[in-house]
Amino acid sequence: MEYTLFILILPLIGFLSLGLLGTRLKGKTAGYVGTALLAATAILAYITAWQYFSTPGVDGIRPTLIPLNWEWMRFTEHLHIDLGILLDPISVMMLVVISTVSLMVHIYSLGYMEGEKGFQRYYAFLGLFTFSMCGLVVATNIFQMYIFWELVGVSSYLLIGFYYTKPEAVAASKKAFIVTRFADMFFLIGILLLSYFTKTFDFGLLCSGEENLFASAAGKTFMGGAVLSWAMALIFIGAAGKSAMFPLHIWLPDAMEGPTPVSALIHAATMVVAGVYLVARLFPVYYFFTPEVLHGIAYVAAFTALYAAIVACVQTDIKRVLAFSTISQIGFMLVALGVSGMGTVEANGLESHEGLGYMASMFHLFTHAMFKALLFMGAGAIIHTVHSNEMSRMGGLRKQMPITHITFLVACLAIAGIPPFSGFFSKDEILTATFMFKPWLGVTMTFIAALTAFYMFRLYYNIFWGKPAQHDHPLHEAPSSMTSPLVFLALVTVVAGFIPFGKFVSSTGAAYIIHLDWKVALTSVIIALVSIFIAWKLYCKGSSKVPDKVAGFFGPLYTAAKHRFYIDEVYQFITHKIIFRCISQPLAWFDRHVIDGILNGIAWITCRGSLAFRWMQTGQLQSYALLLLCGCLLLLCIGLFR
Amino acid sequence: MNLLSIFVVIPVLMLAGLFLSRTRQQARVISATGASLLLVAAVVLGVLFAAERHAGNTAEMLFTASAQWFPAWNIGYSVGVDGISVLMILLSAIIVFTGIFTSWNIDPLPKEYFMWFCLLSTGVFGFFISLDLFTMFMFYEVALIPMYLLIGVWGSGKKEYAAMKLTLMLMAGSALLMLGILGIYFGSGATSMNIMEIAQSSIPMALQKFFFPLTFIGFGVLGALFPFHTWSPDGHASAPTAVSMLHAGVLMKLGGYGCFRVAMFLMPEAANELAWIFLILTGISVVYGAFSACVQKDLKYINAYSSVSHCGLVLFALLMMNTTAMTGAIMQMLSHGLMTALFFALIGMIYGRTHTRDIREMGGLMKIMPFLGVAYVIAGLASLGLPGLSGFVAEMNVFVGSFQHSDTFHRVLTLIAVTSIVITAVYILRVIGKILYGPVQNQAHLKLTDAVWFERLPVVVLIIAIASIGLYPGWIAEWIHQALAPIVESLTVAAL
Amino acid sequence: MELIPMEYYLVVSSIMFFAGIYGFITRKNLIAVLISVELVLTSTDINFAVFNRFLFPGHLEGMFFTLFSIGISAAETAVAIAIIINIYRNIKNVEVRNLKKLKD
Repeated sequence: MEYTLFILILPLIGFLSLGLLGTRLKGKTAGYVGTALLAATAILAYITAWQYFSTPGVDGIRPTLIPLNWEWMRFTEHLHIDLGILLDPISVMMLVVISTVSLMVHIYSLGYMEGEKGFQRYYAFLGLFTFSMCGLVVATNIFQMYIFWELVGVSSYLLIGFYYTKPEAVAASKKAFIVTRFADMFFLIGILLLSYFTKTFDFGLLCSGEENLFASAAGKTFMGGAVLSWAMALIFIGAAGKSAMFPLHIWLPDAMEGPTPVSALIHAATMVVAGVYLVARLFPVYYFFTPEVLHGIAYVAAFTALYAAIVACVQTDIKRVLAFSTISQIGFMLVALGVSGMGTVEANGLESHEGLGYMASMFHLFTHAMFKALLFMGAGAIIHTVHSNEMSRMGGLRKQMPITHITFLVACLAIAGIPPFSGFFSKDEILTATFMFKPWLGVTMTFIAALTAFYMFRLYYNIFWGKPAQHDHPLHEAPSSMTSPLVFLALVTVVAGFIPFGKFVSSTGAAYIIHLDWKVALTSVIIALVSIFIAWKLYCKGSSKVPDKVAGFFGPLYTAAKHRFYIDEVYQFITHKIIFRCISQPLAWFDRHVIDGILNGIAWITCRGSLAFRWMQTGQLQSYALLLLCGCLLLLCIGLFR
Repeated sequence: MNLLSIFVVIPVLMLAGLFLSRTRQQARVISATGASLLLVAAVVLGVLFAAERHAGNTAEMLFTASAQWFPAWNIGYSVGVDGISVLMILLSAIIVFTGIFTSWNIDPLPKEYFMWFCLLSTGVFGFFISLDLFTMFMFYEVALIPMYLLIGVWGSGKKEYAAMKLTLMLMAGSALLMLGILGIYFGSGATSMNIMEIAQSSIPMALQKFFFPLTFIGFGVLGALFPFHTWSPDGHASAPTAVSMLHAGVLMKLGGYGCFRVAMFLMPEAANELAWIFLILTGISVVYGAFSACVQKDLKYINAYSSVSHCGLVLFALLMMNTTAMTGAIMQMLSHGLMTALFFALIGMIYGRTHTRDIREMGGLMKIMPFLGVAYVIAGLASLGLPGLSGFVAEMNVFVGSFQHSDTFHRVLTLIAVTSIVITAVYILRVIGKILYGPVQNQAHLKLTDAVWFERLPVVVLIIAIASIGLYPGWIAEWIHQALAPIVESLTVAAL
Repeated sequence: MELIPMEYYLVVSSIMFFAGIYGFITRKNLIAVLISVELVLTSTDINFAVFNRFLFPGHLEGMFFTLFSIGISAAETAVAIAIIINIYRNIKNVEVRNLKKLKD
């Protein structure tokens, strides 16, 4: 299956050609070129998926294929970075997700970005991003993943800062890059630590569950924790940075300054789930060797999900709501991974129940990518028309934008977990998995699911119902290049839930048959419906006084949530007040004044010293002669009376 | 004539040609031709070297030649190259080439400027081809002294102060170095100043302990070793563009190169014993330079402090004394040389237009000069270690190599050094955000123009070089491994 | 005929020598300094001649050397006078203390 290489190469060609020659292309040509290349990529990805999933594995277990692997750089005898392609259920699934969403975004942007300055640049960056993201998911070793991890970070930086004349966009792109870079540093340290003990970067070896590989790390501790746990925890910090887990989530809401299709592609569907993907990729290591870290991941993710859901309830910027919703949903995926066990292959060739969380997480990743991209693109269509991100500028749009309205509603129902939309199935599996792990966690997650339904429908009602805002230009439905991706993704969202996902992706590679747990499903649906009802009551008419009263009732909590619990301010304080003011500036001062001062001091002493001897150099030949004479006499005396 | 001597002969011929030239145009043509010849010669050398190695020639040094020129003290002109020197010569040739084009419109006294520039490059090339300690030292001095005039006459800002400070500090360094070299020569009891011959004999430990620090610091001053680095910010800020490029790009590499070729190779026992002191100093350099760069306001100061940080990493990695880390160090030399030259070239071009280097007075330049803006972003990304550009491969080699030490001391230091990748990102993005992005700060800047051909040429050449190392590091890694083998071996033997 | 003892000559030449040194150190006028230098030179000439006459009567090297030295001092005086004239042209006097252009 060497042709999978072209899944990477085609977007790269797009990036290089549009980046170097883009300015020569007139009008939308660049967009068509990029879209055509992406269409080819998507087709290749589908062929790959079809071929991969249609090949029966050995004993019903799906194989891990490595069609290509080149040694790129050798460090030591054991450690070397390879660049290659690894195909297994999750990477193939990710390829499909990435190429589909990317293709949709390419098509959508033909309308959304029309007439923007830097249209070619935009498509070039999209190509770069698609290339890096595909490279990330097919990585055969952890270092290749790190390489592409950095590359997606840069493409994200470039795309967030696409409107580079806007100071907010510049600040947001900088923040996104630096926060994720900070997390990547831990990722790198984690890799160093892990590879030091295991002597390999290779995923195949790491995930083989081989005890010997980790033998050298056994018994070694650092500050009370086993080194292996440290390594895996550090790697998770890297994942948390990309996947916007608390407290490294602060960049994601700001990243919404980028063009909306970019938010749909990078900050909703693909790049932000890279962290989930990383944990899933290393799942055997986490599960077998550092289960405590895995549980830690679950708790962090659950907390993040709760936090983000609360914040999302009070935001007024439509994209910010979606951003926090993304954080919350990624929390769901990571919780599912965290609580999951490793399935075992039973006698009938099917996988046992323990691996439910893993499957559920990947399932949710898949469905979420589709409906969240849909939500963002819908939001983009609205923003495109309304020219504002604020909910107060919207309202009653259902008449003007029927297609956007319907597709947005589909996505909202999906994320709220209403059957038969895709989100219901995946979320239900996650809830079941958490109930299996710890009932109280399950209850918490169900509550968060209810919050999700509430804030999504708050958004929905505020935009499409409620009181229409005044506009001095006529509102209109988006062009067909924008609505067609919406319709396509809405269709996917409707049917994706019925995909027997467990047959394709599971923790062991054997087929897993999804059973709905009716108790869990029923409660979650009822709770979601109740939340939707509350949202309808509060926001549908647009004239209800209740929201303000509720806000008043929660008082400080409301204000805190509105300010995202002041996490940004804390960061601001740490970076500006502590790092800049207390470290950098004193260091710079130290350099200028102490070190330089010492040098200048030495120079000054030399100068003074010379001045002290200056009187001897009169410049008068006669005085020199006198001294000469005295010297001669002195020598003579020494010679005579020695 | 020996192939390597060409690298000294060409600049000398250029000097003669420039001496006879009358107009600016003639001076330019002579310099550009000479620099192109050097570049071609360097590429040819690279190809020939690769061919020799491919043919199975495993001698440590290739293309060797030697002649006595001061028999009484066994001083000879002996030359020879291994993989590392070839790479360094390539680097120097690229930077001299690009430097000539960046100083296309130098004013005043173009002829004299180019003459000093040629003399400087004579010294640089001579240093990298020499195998004789004394000749090496002589070329080292030849490379340092023109700096004084180049900064003092053609510089900007506090140029007299900067030129004096730079020259005096580097001269103090070379005084230590001279002592060190004499110590090595007499301590080893060798009958030649040739490095490869001295390496055969061993120097008594008591002498090594005394002379290793002298030699290491002597070279370290040029390699911006903390706390002897303060010539760098002032010097680079005041120097004319091409001189900053050559100085940061190549001259600082002389320091790193000398550190391992002379200090560590010839005195391995002391290197092992005293490495910890210098590791701490270089570790400080790495983080300290990066933090200091965060709050600077002058573009050149930012870059100068970033050089302190990056060159600190070079010495840091050398002292880690294993093949991987040292390979990283050499790669970092190349990578830093190329990208810092690119940075200085771009800063010079921006300064030439806006007449300010204060980042607070610029903004939105990307819109006005897209070519320079994009190139600056690429340089920045290379500096913060983006995969696919040269910085990444170098840093990863350094970090992975350093982390292979099993003791806590080395690993904690490695972790400290790793933090620099975040701080680097902070100051690079800060600059890019301030000067290139955002709204246009000064309406007068709207009338500025983008780069012209003689500015584009060096930028493109440098970017291609950076990307080619970053995309396929395999070929240089192989050369470096081979060249490092004897050095690493002597260090490991000494450690036992 | 009783010869004048050698010491007498030497006393005279020593007096001349030290007078010359003294003059060289204390005179303010360049011409006077030059004269003092000539005194020193002449005193050595006398020494040469005397030593030759008393210690090596059969040889003539000392005498030749004296002549040689006189020749040199003549040339040297010519050069010195030329320099002094040039100095005079520049600064309109020949005072030693005014010669400090190179110093400042």
